[in-house]
Amino acid sequence: MKTRVVITGLGAVTPLGRDFATTWTNLLAGKSGVRQITSFSTDGLSSRIAAQVGEFDPEAYIDKKALRRMDTNEQLCLVAAQMAFDDAGLKQDSLDPDRCGAIIGSGIGGIQTLEEQHKTMLDRGADRVSPFFIPMMIIDMCAGLVALRFGFRGPNYATVSACASSAHAIADAFHAIQRGEADIMLTGGSESAITQLSMAGFCAARAISTRNDEPERASRPFDRDRDGFVMGEGSGILILESLESAKARNARIYAEIIGCGMTCDAYHITAPLPDGSGAAKAMALAVKDAGIRPDEIDYVNSHGTSTDLGDIAETKALKTVFGDHARKLVINSTKSMTGHLLGAAGGVESAVTVKSIKESIVHPTANLENPDPECDLDYVPGKAREMKINYAISNSFGFGGHNISIIFAAHHAQ
Amino acid sequence: MSIEARVKEIVMDKLNVTAEQVTEDASFVEDLGADSLDQAELVLALEDEFNLQISDKESENLLTVGKAIDYIKQHVKEE
Repeated sequence: MKTRVVITGLGAVTPLGRDFATTWTNLLAGKSGVRQITSFSTDGLSSRIAAQVGEFDPEAYIDKKALRRMDTNEQLCLVAAQMAFDDAGLKQDSLDPDRCGAIIGSGIGGIQTLEEQHKTMLDRGADRVSPFFIPMMIIDMCAGLVALRFGFRGPNYATVSACASSAHAIADAFHAIQRGEADIMLTGGSESAITQLSMAGFCAARAISTRNDEPERASRPFDRDRDGFVMGEGSGILILESLESAKARNARIYAEIIGCGMTCDAYHITAPLPDGSGAAKAMALAVKDAGIRPDEIDYVNSHGTSTDLGDIAETKALKTVFGDHARKLVINSTKSMTGHLLGAAGGVESAVTVKSIKESIVHPTANLENPDPECDLDYVPGKAREMKINYAISNSFGFGGHNISIIFAAHHAQ
Repeated sequence: MSIEARVKEIVMDKLNVTAEQVTEDASFVEDLGADSLDQAELVLALEDEFNLQISDKESENLLTVGKAIDYIKQHVKEE
């Protein structure tokens, strides 16, 4: 029998709150974190809105010298990691460092640092580039810094699959515990890519919403008037632990992670397969891996980005996998309020899924006023809904055609 | 501000140490906890502050606060 893996800690810094509890409260209330960008010049950008974290007080967690040598991406990650670690009730001196690891995803990494240092090089010369440029930029450093902070000497690396990065991280962490390589894994993702260059790139790709005059209404998954996703940033971290380890230290268990499925569309660099078949296969594989029936799934935390093609493809995929049961599924989109946290989305949304199971309530999909005729399932418009959840899926899909679905279960359900 | 004071200020800022720790005998590595990246950053900051170029070979000899101050004094005129 496979090793059972549970979630014992959650931590997040998001556009909706400096911690997971505040984020959760604001999600239930249906609040949007999207605002006009004021932190840099948006001249020439077609999209001038984003869901930014703003001040998040990293000084309270990280010493001044170390802080200056971290990109915001790494700072967000370490703060969320510390929150998850504390939430799980972990104490460093009672852990076996060789049995603890960290796998953390990011889609883009330290692009803010990259832009600053590139400017320094052009303006002042190649010999003026900071010795901290590389460690501040590279994506794997989030996992490396977590290991340094907590002394974790087990499996440690980053996953990169654009908007699916942190979901892949969680799946790998799950497998590492299942395979017996670790007892405790700190996992999830981090992203801080709301910069001038990165916004310019996403604008050029025509992927993001230009509803600049109504930022709070811009992210509207499954609504007929949606016009692209909204850039978000933040970090979402989970503590995964073998059931045995969690029981031994009498830890609170949020939920169990019981399966995942991964595929690729092999269709286009950015567009999803129109029939959603790649996403459908990922969900079907996850259900099979979990050893349950499709009609046992109660809740789907969708990828739901608010893009024209993506929301329709995901809806088709749900119908393919679940058949008649698709109409009974309760589906929502966290991105309708947080914006799209890219490589951190899977981390935050997995934390939200797990919390929904634990609290028996799901947040609404904000701004779903006039459903797209092709998006005709139950997406929880308007307000939060209380419901008992035994099994839930969190979906993440990324540029490159990556699809991943993760299944979480109520701990009592198993 | 004197060269001594300017050097010490940079050391305090970059290595996050106190004025008491930054004596002229203090070794960057052994007493002030600098690693190789810290040392490289410190040299960059001194070059910027005093508008000079310190070669890699020369920077290898700047092992203490005092040696750094002496080097700057030899290469810069006090304002």
